[in-house]
Amino acid sequence: MEHIRTPKVEQVRLLDRSAGQRKASVGTLYLSATHTIFVENNPETRRETWVLHSMVSSVERPPSTPTGSQLILRCKDFRVFHIFIPQERDSVDVHASLVRLSRPEKYSELYCLSFNPNVNKEEREESWNFTDLTADYKRMGVPNNLWVATAANSEYRVCDTYPSELFVPKSATPAIIVGSSRFRSRGRFPALSYFHQDTLAAVCRCSQPLSGFSGRSQEDEMMLQAVMKSNPGSDYIYVVDTRPKLNAMANRAAGKGYENEDHYTNIKLQFIGIENIHVMRSSQQKIIDVGEMRAPSMTDFLWGLENSGWLKHIKAVLDAGVFIARAVADEGISVLVHCSDGWDRTAQACSVASILLDPYYRTIKGLMALIEKDWVSFGHKFSHRYAHLDGDPKEVSPVIDQFLECVWQLSEQFPCAFEFNERFLIAIHTHVYSCQYGTFLGNCQKERRDMRLCERSHSVWPQLWKDRAEYANPLYKAELSQSQGVLRPNTTPYCFKMWKGLYNHVEKSTPPRQSPADFLAAVKEESQQLEEELTNHQEVPPGGPTHQQQGSRQEDSNPDGEANHMGEGGGSEEDD
Amino acid sequence: MEFAELIKTPRVDGVVLHRPFMPIVEGTLCLTGHHLILSSRQDNTEELWLLHSNIDSIEKRFVGSLGSIIVKCKDLRVIQLDIPGMEECLNIASSIETLSTLDSVSLMYPFFYRPMFEVIEDGWNSFLPQDAFKDLESMTDEWRLSEVNKDFTVCPSYPPLVAVPKDVDDDTLRKVATFRHGGRFPVLSYYHKKNGMVMMRAGQPLTGTNGRRCKEDEKLINATLRPGKRGYIIDTRTISVAQQAKARGGGFESEANYPQWRRIHKAIERSNVLQESLIKLVEACNDQSHNMDRWLSKLEASSWQTNVKEILTTACLAAQCIDREGASVLVHGTEGADSTLQVTSLAQIILDPACRTIKGFQGLVEREWLQAGHPFQQRCAQSAYSNTKPRQEAPVFLLFLDCVWQILRQFPCSFEFSESFLVLLFEHAYASQFGTFLGNSAAERAKLSLPEKTVSLWSWVNRPQELERLTNPLYEANSLVIWPSVAPQSLLLWEGVFLRWNRSSKCLDEAYEEMVHIIEYNKELQNKVNTLRRQLAQLETEDPLLHTP
Repeated sequence: MEHIRTPKVEQVRLLDRSAGQRKASVGTLYLSATHTIFVENNPETRRETWVLHSMVSSVERPPSTPTGSQLILRCKDFRVFHIFIPQERDSVDVHASLVRLSRPEKYSELYCLSFNPNVNKEEREESWNFTDLTADYKRMGVPNNLWVATAANSEYRVCDTYPSELFVPKSATPAIIVGSSRFRSRGRFPALSYFHQDTLAAVCRCSQPLSGFSGRSQEDEMMLQAVMKSNPGSDYIYVVDTRPKLNAMANRAAGKGYENEDHYTNIKLQFIGIENIHVMRSSQQKIIDVGEMRAPSMTDFLWGLENSGWLKHIKAVLDAGVFIARAVADEGISVLVHCSDGWDRTAQACSVASILLDPYYRTIKGLMALIEKDWVSFGHKFSHRYAHLDGDPKEVSPVIDQFLECVWQLSEQFPCAFEFNERFLIAIHTHVYSCQYGTFLGNCQKERRDMRLCERSHSVWPQLWKDRAEYANPLYKAELSQSQGVLRPNTTPYCFKMWKGLYNHVEKSTPPRQSPADFLAAVKEESQQLEEELTNHQEVPPGGPTHQQQGSRQEDSNPDGEANHMGEGGGSEEDD
Repeated sequence: MEFAELIKTPRVDGVVLHRPFMPIVEGTLCLTGHHLILSSRQDNTEELWLLHSNIDSIEKRFVGSLGSIIVKCKDLRVIQLDIPGMEECLNIASSIETLSTLDSVSLMYPFFYRPMFEVIEDGWNSFLPQDAFKDLESMTDEWRLSEVNKDFTVCPSYPPLVAVPKDVDDDTLRKVATFRHGGRFPVLSYYHKKNGMVMMRAGQPLTGTNGRRCKEDEKLINATLRPGKRGYIIDTRTISVAQQAKARGGGFESEANYPQWRRIHKAIERSNVLQESLIKLVEACNDQSHNMDRWLSKLEASSWQTNVKEILTTACLAAQCIDREGASVLVHGTEGADSTLQVTSLAQIILDPACRTIKGFQGLVEREWLQAGHPFQQRCAQSAYSNTKPRQEAPVFLLFLDCVWQILRQFPCSFEFSESFLVLLFEHAYASQFGTFLGNSAAERAKLSLPEKTVSLWSWVNRPQELERLTNPLYEANSLVIWPSVAPQSLLLWEGVFLRWNRSSKCLDEAYEEMVHIIEYNKELQNKVNTLRRQLAQLETEDPLLHTP
């Protein structure tokens, strides 16, 4: 509260173009410890707009005009609010407060740690068990006689940005692991990301080797050999360096670099060419600008799209995933993926590959597990990348945005293959930035443990799961061939579109457009109600005529969906 | 048959056919007067029947004595035929070239085609102007049907019957015709039932450099205005293009002579520019390189999407004037048979829910394109792969269909037809067994006796099995005006036409089927529930005991 100079300003005008507003509405602006709140004066609607401070990416104050002064609030979900304040003094105060409030300096200032919802301890602890990585590895068939759990990193002894529980090739001894980790940036040694049961090939991840121009490590070479040996059917592995080759070469001068094929036997090195976080940051700014353009011509738009380079980068990430998935599924060859530190591009490439390889990750729960595995547990630096705290702006980059967009682009090509819709992806995107939940706080597992996040905040996943009806794709059908097995997307440039749902709020919401998905969802819901009514009709009223009873018996074993429905209904009965 | 002398080699065995997304077929190639047929002689499904008139251009390649003919079709498909024997290959190629570019309309396939289906309703009689006028009469008595053009002398590109203001007599019309390009005097295009406003279309006024005027013209269009009301003239050309037209005898309505009208200039490209745009777009779509920058810059350079945006924007403007401003509108460009029709027909899609039904859309195409004298034969003679320098060719109708697709995509529940209907119209406009799109005007169609000698496309479409295939499962009649977004982000490339042969549509087709399935299942359940409800109600009346709980 100490940062709020003026908690309330009246006669403020707010223009929210992202909600399709063309004229500003007049109302009162409130600043709370967590939100900017605007309440319309119009007594009929009294519409409220709440903006979480942690969602604000910048607050601009253009020069005042005679009619008052303006603040422009840009949000991390790409919404833009224009606020007109009559008194300049008020606007200066609000500006200063918002600048401070939107740039918390300590984790404890963040919403999820400062706000205590009315939930009990058990429920909170339960919420953290919602995604269970051990169960996910078990689902892939790990551990097995090829891949085993290692205790090497317990208490984060070997690599402090890795999770404590990891799977490694059976033949990788602790000495090999430790030796390999010494030869890798930040100690991020090769570990299992995904095991493909059909071909026994695996996707592993790590960081770049500290090879420089001539350095080598016997243990690291043995480690890669072990990865290969854990795939009985193959005599080599792919090492996918997701960076442009030039960048990888430049790293050699700093004692880092990439695997020398002369030192590592049986590897095939492949560069993919995903650009670094700085290129991506500026590219995203350009595509945001494209989305914000007022009345652009087609040329402005297409030129802006090209100039931003954004779709090119999305394509590069997807291509990386496609390469890995093909190697694993079609060739049966294991792949070791790295970039520089192995927490940005590597996370992207591995998780896209997993989506392509495994239908489970295309379900609502599966995508949660995947993000928990390849992003949260493997130490993607959420707090740095998404500017949770006031820090180095050069650390900020839309890495997971690109992953989510790849999933969206895939869902456009395979409309029946994903259990979730784009709202789910956008909700995840929002929460990556919002800090309403503890899930994405911090930069690695160790940091989260040290912060005791499980005790002090809640996980986002149960909340999203509770709202899953909202996130369901009505066209999802697991039995269809496109939903099963490996996805083989077309990555010709014309297959990529600008993700309007994320970048173009204005256009999305101007007039109420018809969405086939929403229409179908409503139809499906109605069908479900009809199914219920049908079973009710067919059920025999107590003491009803006997000839009806027989008829209904036969129908009893009818729809499968009904059984699920009863289960949910049962839960709510207990609450009563 | 006279075609026989054009076919030097009617049959070749051992020909291999490559088609996009289909297995390679080896079989016998046969040339007939109108078709290129390839049959594997094993399985009838593996046959190719290609109309010569669908062939846009061919390329020959030779490796040793094995020749290949790349056949590029007007529907943008590209297929390859590997033909053993150089002589055979050359003969086939030269026959195809000749047969696909026959000049005489009466040699076209529709004159030889005999329907293999039962005609339920003769499409040639489905959309007669007098029937359309009956609907108008039920709404207003301010218009009459004039026969001034019954022998096509006043305006060669107009139909024999046109709707004009009641108080304007035929003599006036004759005078106005001399003042408008191609004799295309202002006629009624659309009557907006909601507020009685109208949309008219015409050719440009022939003001010339010395500002010629025509009192009758002024009188005619003023007759459509309510007292004290102003109307809008939408000129589809930019002001500078319209100015330049004066030098060639054309021009636009001056403020001085038309004080009750506000003129707005838009920038829809002329037809010759559009052909270039189509060629560039298709070239970009067929570029299989994986370079994103190259794709986007080629897409931009084709200007196709810009054309779509410009046309839709102008149509929205016309619709806005009528529905929002409560004003009448006159639309014209130069001839009044290209961009004018794009605008007037799209405005009706926006304004009139009837045009969004299958039958209504056919009626719109019939009224605003065929009878309105869009020169289909000239415009659709060649498509994107043509090697010859375009003369009159232009994808004016295809652009219209693309714009309809854009609106359909934005309002997927408001159209009774699905995208496949639009694709079908595109195909048939360029090559067809039906006579509907032959000729350039009603006069030419009458001269060719098309209704007597050919089958109408509508006769084929309006049969239950075809209608079912073309029906949009999401359709729920929407009586509202639908305002499409014309922001560039909202306008997509029409993949169903331009990427149709470049990327597999298997997954999208599956999604479509799934959508149909969801809706069908819902209907089925509704029927079951309704039956049970009725039974229950009946039981309750029959057995009063059931009333007591």
